[in-house]
Amino acid sequence: MSGETFVEVKGIDFSYPHQPPLFEGFSWGIRRGEAWAVIGPSGCGKTTLLYLLAGLLKPQRGEILIAGNPLRRPRPETALILQDYGLLPWDTVRGNVALGLRIRAFYGPDGLHAPRTPLPGKPEALVDFWLQRLGLQDVADRYPSQISGGQKQRTAIARALVLRPDLLLMDEPFSSLDAPTREDLEDLTLELQAEAGLTTVVVTHSIEEAVFLGRKILFLGRPPHTEAIVIEGTKPDRSHPDYLKTCSLLRDMLNAVRRG
Amino acid sequence: MSRRSLLLALVVLLLVWQLLAIIVHRPILPAPWEVLKAFFLALPGELGKHLLSSFWRVLASITLGIVAAAPLGIAIGQSASLSRLLSPLIYLLYPIPKVVFVPVAILFLGLGDLAKILIIFLIIFFQILVLVRDQAAALRPELILSVRSLGAGRRALFRFVYLPATLPAIFTAIRQSTGTAIAVLYVAELFATKYGLGYYIYITGSTLFDYPAMYAGILAMSLLGLGLYFGVDWLERKLCPWLFVHPH
Repeated sequence: MSGETFVEVKGIDFSYPHQPPLFEGFSWGIRRGEAWAVIGPSGCGKTTLLYLLAGLLKPQRGEILIAGNPLRRPRPETALILQDYGLLPWDTVRGNVALGLRIRAFYGPDGLHAPRTPLPGKPEALVDFWLQRLGLQDVADRYPSQISGGQKQRTAIARALVLRPDLLLMDEPFSSLDAPTREDLEDLTLELQAEAGLTTVVVTHSIEEAVFLGRKILFLGRPPHTEAIVIEGTKPDRSHPDYLKTCSLLRDMLNAVRRG
Repeated sequence: MSRRSLLLALVVLLLVWQLLAIIVHRPILPAPWEVLKAFFLALPGELGKHLLSSFWRVLASITLGIVAAAPLGIAIGQSASLSRLLSPLIYLLYPIPKVVFVPVAILFLGLGDLAKILIIFLIIFFQILVLVRDQAAALRPELILSVRSLGAGRRALFRFVYLPATLPAIFTAIRQSTGTAIAVLYVAELFATKYGLGYYIYITGSTLFDYPAMYAGILAMSLLGLGLYFGVDWLERKLCPWLFVHPH
């Protein structure tokens, strides 16, 4: 057991208006630097859990603490990456990567929309670094409509990482990409995670992706969720017997949920 | 559309006009060269003043229309409760032909610029309001969420998302409403006024019987419409370059 509890979900209730509850007294903990995957059938509330962690939704009861502070609104140090990239169609790749920095400059370091401590280095240099790191320098002046799906998701990742987040939340980040591009970006995610010691939570419905990206896996079955079902992951090696064993375990669990 | 095909269309139009003038052979349809001569002779003098005052009225109306309608459209588009409150009102007022208010505006505001600007403003205001509202409402929630996750609050969302997202809608609205706006301007300028192309066309045609001058006025009004249309196109290419790129 190493590291402090970084994200603490404490007995939360959550339901959408006029819908059955998704979470009831649900608790879960994430330590700093851990890589988590969250898996479950569609409609199980995994995206909702991610939005709760992002501060975009609020639990009706209980609370979420991040780095010891109760979460009341989106934290400037949390990055969120969505399946449909969320890029501004009217801005270039470079402009999109710089968006978070421009928003911070717009507010100034107020501690609310932007951290009080400014980022080290000039914004242009930071943007250039991340364009380079994600192999986007050749498409930097193109618009999102002019680049491939994989490049769009790389742009979204660069836009998130340029702000030096300590928590990276990803919602089905690679599920609309073809298989080689997806594996390529999964490898890249692991590299970046290791480089920055990022705490990551990846929500996915893909068993292989969950086992590859999650050193720990949170399994969400049929709601309401009252306790965290956690599966210890394996090394990220797609051909290792342990990897395949964990995949088939998850497959059985998902099938059991589906059969009711 | 290439410059060449536009030029060709212009030549064809002038030829048809010339042909018609020969066939009709009456003073009420002068040949194009006669009108062009009258146009360029009158432009530095009286016609220019009339053209400028019409242009100023349209430009003022468009500017006021953008300033008033764009922020309101964005506000209604992003707030469901505001939309529930105001959309029925817009639904009732939008289809009313604003030209019928010309006499009312003149009764209340007099014969000066204000009444004319107000009417054209109303036409442009509703067009921008409706298109900007729909554009703002159509923004994908994922886009808003991901920009919020980068730290954007209400003000930054307005500046970095809603404003650029609705810019094309403003241009489309202006393009769609210039035709109507200039037609209504013509009607508004028929009522006792000193300057304006509507007045110029009316006076030269029905009082002075100077038909080439009347057609020069019609030409000036057409050019005003065309100029606005092309001006909007040009601005859109400058300010919305992403609309004109080749997709992946």
